[in-house]
Amino acid sequence: MRYLSIVSLFLTAAILAACGGGAKPVSRPAQSPAAQSATIQITGAGATFPFPLYSRWFYEYGAKDPSVRFNYQSIGSGGGIRQVTAKTVDFGASDAILNAEQRAAAPDLLMFPTVAGADVIAYNLQDAAGQPVPGGLKLTPGVIAAIFLGEITQWNDSRLAQLNPDVQLPAQNIVVAHRSDGSGTTFLFTSYLSQVSEAWKQKVGVGTSVEWPVGVGGKGNEGVSGVIRQQPGSLGYVELAYAAQNKIAYASVQNSAGAFVAPTLASITAASDAFGNALPADMGQLLVNAPGKESYPISGYTFLLLYKDMADCAKAQKLASFVQWAITEGDQTATELLYAPLGSNVEQKVVQRLKTLTCEGGKPVTGK
Amino acid sequence: MIRQLSRPHRNRGDRIFQGWTWLMAATVLALIGLLLYELVLGALPAISRFGFGFLTGQTWNPVSGQFGALPAIYGTVVSSLLALAIAGPVGLLAAIYLAEFAPPWLDGPLSFLIELLATIPSVVFGLWGLYVLVPVLRSPIETTLHNTLGFLPLLGCTPLGLGMLAAVAILALMILPYVTAVARDMLRAVPDDQREAMLALGATRWEMAWKAVVPYARSGIVGGMMLALGRAVGETMAVTMLIGNRPEISACLFSPSYTLASQIANEFTEATTDMYVSVLIELGLILFAVTLILNGIARLLVWRVRSKS
Repeated sequence: MRYLSIVSLFLTAAILAACGGGAKPVSRPAQSPAAQSATIQITGAGATFPFPLYSRWFYEYGAKDPSVRFNYQSIGSGGGIRQVTAKTVDFGASDAILNAEQRAAAPDLLMFPTVAGADVIAYNLQDAAGQPVPGGLKLTPGVIAAIFLGEITQWNDSRLAQLNPDVQLPAQNIVVAHRSDGSGTTFLFTSYLSQVSEAWKQKVGVGTSVEWPVGVGGKGNEGVSGVIRQQPGSLGYVELAYAAQNKIAYASVQNSAGAFVAPTLASITAASDAFGNALPADMGQLLVNAPGKESYPISGYTFLLLYKDMADCAKAQKLASFVQWAITEGDQTATELLYAPLGSNVEQKVVQRLKTLTCEGGKPVTGK
Repeated sequence: MIRQLSRPHRNRGDRIFQGWTWLMAATVLALIGLLLYELVLGALPAISRFGFGFLTGQTWNPVSGQFGALPAIYGTVVSSLLALAIAGPVGLLAAIYLAEFAPPWLDGPLSFLIELLATIPSVVFGLWGLYVLVPVLRSPIETTLHNTLGFLPLLGCTPLGLGMLAAVAILALMILPYVTAVARDMLRAVPDDQREAMLALGATRWEMAWKAVVPYARSGIVGGMMLALGRAVGETMAVTMLIGNRPEISACLFSPSYTLASQIANEFTEATTDMYVSVLIELGLILFAVTLILNGIARLLVWRVRSKS
């Protein structure tokens, strides 16, 4: 009896300790001055899309400045915005531009674009002779919208055939695949469709998840590309990095200058460049349908969310230096991981804006 | 009995142990209470906004802020019940074989393999379903069914592979070990008198198993099935990967559908407005209620079965 009670006591204590231990890094609000001089812990939460890049950046920056440690939880843009608004983390990250409700909840939260990505229209198609159709099928904005609205249902539809006279399109149903989970990828794609199609804007609109007129939902990029790879005749949108790494065929899309452009890092950065001069003061810019012959039209920024005035000067300074380093010197890492660096004028504007950050009630952040 | 006996010479160790177990039992209760409280609290904005109409609404449009839970409730209940309708008989027959007929050298390994099936993580089931099961389902199974019996509304829509049938199939596979393992243990626990009496009356071994052993273990078997049903209702990952995630009620087995658990898992991370979050929490509350109702029905069934026999 006694033996048992002691064992159960130990077990319970162990469980309690384990739970407590797990919660510590997130909930500890302040550190003693001694600990601060050793390492500064900066926590962030948000978008999953830039997570592979951010974790590489944190790692590389850690080698440069060992006095700072980053802890980033990729819980999704919505969750990141929620946490940074509640100030449970030092910075947030989002693929979507803050909406009115979110801005009202945290009026001092600033958006900083870090890199850009793109949605590609991926497909799995065999032509009438049974040969797989390689990447580069041509699509116009109107045709993409019509497919996702359920107006074009067959691969050999005359509108598709006209654009692709070299491909013997089969008489096969188009199986539309979309994201079932809320995501910045969907936000970008629906933003694009709303800009190019009045019918889409009226019937469906923009959001991280929407009411899809047709199609099946896959969870995550892996879910959608799983559907596309498994399902002959399917078509859906996934992130460029994901489609490229998994060798899925994807389409060239006609941009606003009338050129058919394949999604590449260069064509995404071109979109950022083309829009650079029109960057609004809050930097919450959609990259969709950018002007210029080289721009890929379904591109979008991902943002870091920082407070204009941060509570802790030591953290603020480290954070600002990190962001500056990342967008000026982190390009190499970004391109290796298939993220498109910012256009040069956008980069300059971000660097300028970092200098306007303050801390502890108006003190300037003394960064480089 | 035990408490009365132990009271006169109760020592400190006993008291500590008793208090400790009481505390642990109370913790479980408190956790359930807290869970319910948090769910109701979180769902309150959605409940006051949509009221009862939330349970019957069929639109799910996060952009315009219109939400209805009926497609997900329908998908949850239908997929779980169909899965049980498949796994129940199969599992019971497998259990009868294991308990009554299998030679000892086969019984051990077979039981072990079935129990191993229960330990496979659900994401593995999901991936296997997506890459192996779905292509086979689409063609030949669904295509053949559609071409021969396509006039039935149940089989009338385009075979996609992904959809209700795929979810039912994977759920059936996932709950099969629970049904089998519980039923086997229940059958083993039947006293040998039952078997001997039946055999003495001249019954074949099959008659013995079906007429004497199974009825004796009936309430336990039903209980095990309900446990399996509970698991099917709450299963998230594998179902999300296979069901097609479309909040729509369709009579067709091949069409994409949705469940409460997968809808929550899909949309919670990027729920951008407070009302949206609240609506998803209300889905959780409904899932809680569905599980409770199914459990209640299970208790009722067990009780009725028991009082009959």
